[in-house]
Amino acid sequence: MAEYLIKNGFVFDPVLGINGDKTDIAIKDGKIVESTALSSATVIDAAGKTVMAGGVDVHAHVAGPKVNAGRNFRPEDKLFTYESGKGVRRMAGGFSVPTTFKTGYSYARMGYTTVMEAAMPPLYARHTHEEMRDTPIIDEGAYPVFGNNWFVLEYLKNNEVENTAAYISWLLRTTKGYAVKIVNPGGTEAWGWGLNCNSVHDPVPYFDITPAQIMKGLMEANEYLKLPHSIHIHTNNLGNPGNYETTLDTFKLFEGEKPKDEFGRQQVMHHTHVQFHSYGGDNWGNMESKADTIMDYVNAHDNLTIDIGQVTLDETTTMTADGPFEHHLTELNHLKWTNRDVELETCAGIVPYVYSPNIKVCGIQWAIGLELALLAKDHMRVHLTTDHPNAGPFTRYPRVMKWLMSQKAREAQLDAMKWGDKVRGQSLISGIDRELSLYEIAMMTRAGTAKCLGLAHMYGSLKPGLEGDVAVYDYNPETADDPEQIERAFGNAAYLFKAGEMVVKDGEILSNGRKRTLWVDVKVKENPQVMRDVTEKFLKYYTVTQANYEVHEEGYIRNPYRIEVDATQ
Amino acid sequence: MSKIITDVVCPFCGTLCDDLEVKVSDDGSKIEEVYNACVIGTEKFLHSQATDRLTVPMKKDDAGEWHETSMNDAVEYTAQMLANAKKPLMYGWSSTSCEAQSIGHEIAELCGAVVDNTATVCHGTTLIAVQDVGVPSCTLGEVKNRADRIIFWGCNPAHAHPRHMSRYSIFPRGFFTGKGHKARKMIVVDPRKTDTAGMADIHMQIEQGRDYELLSALRVAVRGAPLPETVAGIPREIIQDAADTLKSGRFVVIFFGMGVTQSLSKNHNIDMAIMLTKDLNEHTKAAIMPMRGHYNVTGSGEVMGWQFGYPFSIDLSRGFARYNPGDSSSNDLLRRGEVDAVFVLGSDPGAHFPFSSVKKIWDLPSVCVEPHYTPTTAVSKLHVPVAFVGVEVGGCAYRMDAVPIHCRKVAEPPEGVLTDEEFLKLVLARVKEIKGVA
Repeated sequence: MAEYLIKNGFVFDPVLGINGDKTDIAIKDGKIVESTALSSATVIDAAGKTVMAGGVDVHAHVAGPKVNAGRNFRPEDKLFTYESGKGVRRMAGGFSVPTTFKTGYSYARMGYTTVMEAAMPPLYARHTHEEMRDTPIIDEGAYPVFGNNWFVLEYLKNNEVENTAAYISWLLRTTKGYAVKIVNPGGTEAWGWGLNCNSVHDPVPYFDITPAQIMKGLMEANEYLKLPHSIHIHTNNLGNPGNYETTLDTFKLFEGEKPKDEFGRQQVMHHTHVQFHSYGGDNWGNMESKADTIMDYVNAHDNLTIDIGQVTLDETTTMTADGPFEHHLTELNHLKWTNRDVELETCAGIVPYVYSPNIKVCGIQWAIGLELALLAKDHMRVHLTTDHPNAGPFTRYPRVMKWLMSQKAREAQLDAMKWGDKVRGQSLISGIDRELSLYEIAMMTRAGTAKCLGLAHMYGSLKPGLEGDVAVYDYNPETADDPEQIERAFGNAAYLFKAGEMVVKDGEILSNGRKRTLWVDVKVKENPQVMRDVTEKFLKYYTVTQANYEVHEEGYIRNPYRIEVDATQ
Repeated sequence: MSKIITDVVCPFCGTLCDDLEVKVSDDGSKIEEVYNACVIGTEKFLHSQATDRLTVPMKKDDAGEWHETSMNDAVEYTAQMLANAKKPLMYGWSSTSCEAQSIGHEIAELCGAVVDNTATVCHGTTLIAVQDVGVPSCTLGEVKNRADRIIFWGCNPAHAHPRHMSRYSIFPRGFFTGKGHKARKMIVVDPRKTDTAGMADIHMQIEQGRDYELLSALRVAVRGAPLPETVAGIPREIIQDAADTLKSGRFVVIFFGMGVTQSLSKNHNIDMAIMLTKDLNEHTKAAIMPMRGHYNVTGSGEVMGWQFGYPFSIDLSRGFARYNPGDSSSNDLLRRGEVDAVFVLGSDPGAHFPFSSVKKIWDLPSVCVEPHYTPTTAVSKLHVPVAFVGVEVGGCAYRMDAVPIHCRKVAEPPEGVLTDEEFLKLVLARVKEIKGVA
């Protein structure tokens, strides 16, 4: 396998504490190595360029039934976005919901090498894996949703944490999933009857349990299993003015809890797209930013991580397992609505949305996401996402970096808003002059996300022994003076190495790579009761047989990478 | 000694029943019995065993006579035809696996083909309506466990999806539906007194082609606004009764078929049906679902979706995917003479397309890949017999609610007969050689 020596670049690696020093990076046999280990390396001249580990995205909706429903019901999303195939590249298109090929190529061009699909309905796991199989280059994993699963609701009603854990173990193995995802706990089950749970204490219809019990119980089961990633929460009451209190109520459920895994993560819960959960006021007129209150809490508690869910001011396609929220959204914007309830498990809703800079609320949403990142004290625990495609497409990450790194760029955007003054008045953004450094960006997009996922032993750093995932950007931190350079450079990697192979050069795709699919196989003590419950539920309530439910690695999973965990001790 | 294979998936209709049991001979060569399947599904398994089955490719000479030919020749003819055509049509895909579809798409991309599936003549209108107004839907298990109000509109599951009512929609007892059909109200909208209609609590025997009016009237009735005396031949009282029945339900599902998708107004009917569903969600919970016919037409739309971004009628001839049903759909292209070769796999346009389209296939270089001799064979230049997906080879298929299920292999194909995927892989490799692509 080819050897590479990336010479003289400005390296940013928070794990190694390298902050822009000129350091050579060596790759051999797919891994980062000491440069002394090379024998006949191809030298890459990175002088005047920025070098980082490959990006790791902790939360994006890039594969699966709701993503594909989004593609198929929005032909307009393909206008002006199609690229012809060339060389190894297949034809690819789509803006907010790109085709699988485009997803792989676009992430690679941004220097990203690992992406997590943030919500996989277990019954549709096969579909999710088929799409990931057809997504080139990037390593991927998928989080099965658990927060409205009937097994979980019934076990946790009786506080049966061990049974919940055994069921999680079975479902992760059956669906080849990576982590425990929770979306609007209880509320999505309530949506089966057209209802919702708006606070963490609203009872779930019929099941006699509250969202707080579901989240707390799943956290306990997750730690019992010592999984690489913590529970991954999208809490109740998303997108409503005044909802920051629900968010704080959710955070507080986990006070004093410590992680029990052996993968080096710090948190017992990750709260996703917090921008959508940080609204003050009680209606759309007086809705205001509560990012400071939220970040005061996050900064003071080191057992949780968040991602920002940055609004990018684009037309996009919202999609979430929060079914009642999507119904609420279609009532709000009167655009087309797709909904799909999934037996015993979850639901999904999809609605197009326009985050217009001419709408005040969209401007405030835009400000809140940036404020969360700018008010953070520890960027290892605050990650950059757009909740793709909910708050905007992932292809806008370079633009978000520009806003985070340049107050001038933020002010220019505020000036371009129709209600810029009102946005300034109902948010904090104008009073924040902080500009994030590339070191902090590397924490938000690589080092921190890899650690949060329990994958710091593979990704997120240029430490010898880690995967040979390296991005080189044509950006000179010493001479760059125009914020637009940030967006240009980070959207068009000069080079990307994936598992030691050069897959991008000057923005062009050279190889489809050898993408891997990560999943977690956690061993638990035999639990005949749970296995009996599984058999009974399949016989009585599912519409596929138990024998046809499992997704086998063969045929469906490209280069499976199984992470084994032993929870029997 | 025979053996029983359980959890077998039926590769016939969009119901995709996965609880079949198939008794095969000890050596696995002969299917002896099929249990749990409907009569159509059973026949699909048993028919694969027919002794007069085609096993060797056949080619038509200039005089119109059929001659057996080699598989190599079949691959060569197909690859040359596709690679040399300016705009070939690659149609079908609804009765094969997602794996085969995927290889077919790669060939289509290399050859600048149009890829289209059978939705173009069945639920394509539904897909267009979904692009207009979305679709609140659910999986069939939600229907089984929750639904107490069921509408069958322009479809006749008693004959077309024989196990639908017993597995999912009318008879099963689910988690919240412990009384089964006794606690469900069934409404059928159909101009005919079908066997399904005969079972209904309310049969609205609509005037042919008046679906749009009746759907509109139901929306009016749900809102409590005044109605004329009759709409589409249905008295006001019955429409109001149906609307009240729906609003009083806990979970409403509308199943609809080709009686409404291919009737007058086409996609506009479905727009209105979806909007009725959306309206009902303000009063109760409601979902709507197309009764897809082929066992993997849904899967074809899904694979096309994640690979190209559109569910059917995709024109790749300009190097990027274009979608414009009415322009890029099979019959429009054939009738306008805009395609110069036709490749058919996993469907039978010879039986289902208008005669003007079928005549065009007759005039063009054409290949039919199919286990049976079909009307499409009769108008094609080459017929390639293949294994039955779901009987002689496994593969992924998507149910009408888009739930993917892995079909199982229960018997060996006849010697020398390839699977769709194997044949397409050979064609792909040859096309790459012809095109000089690595």
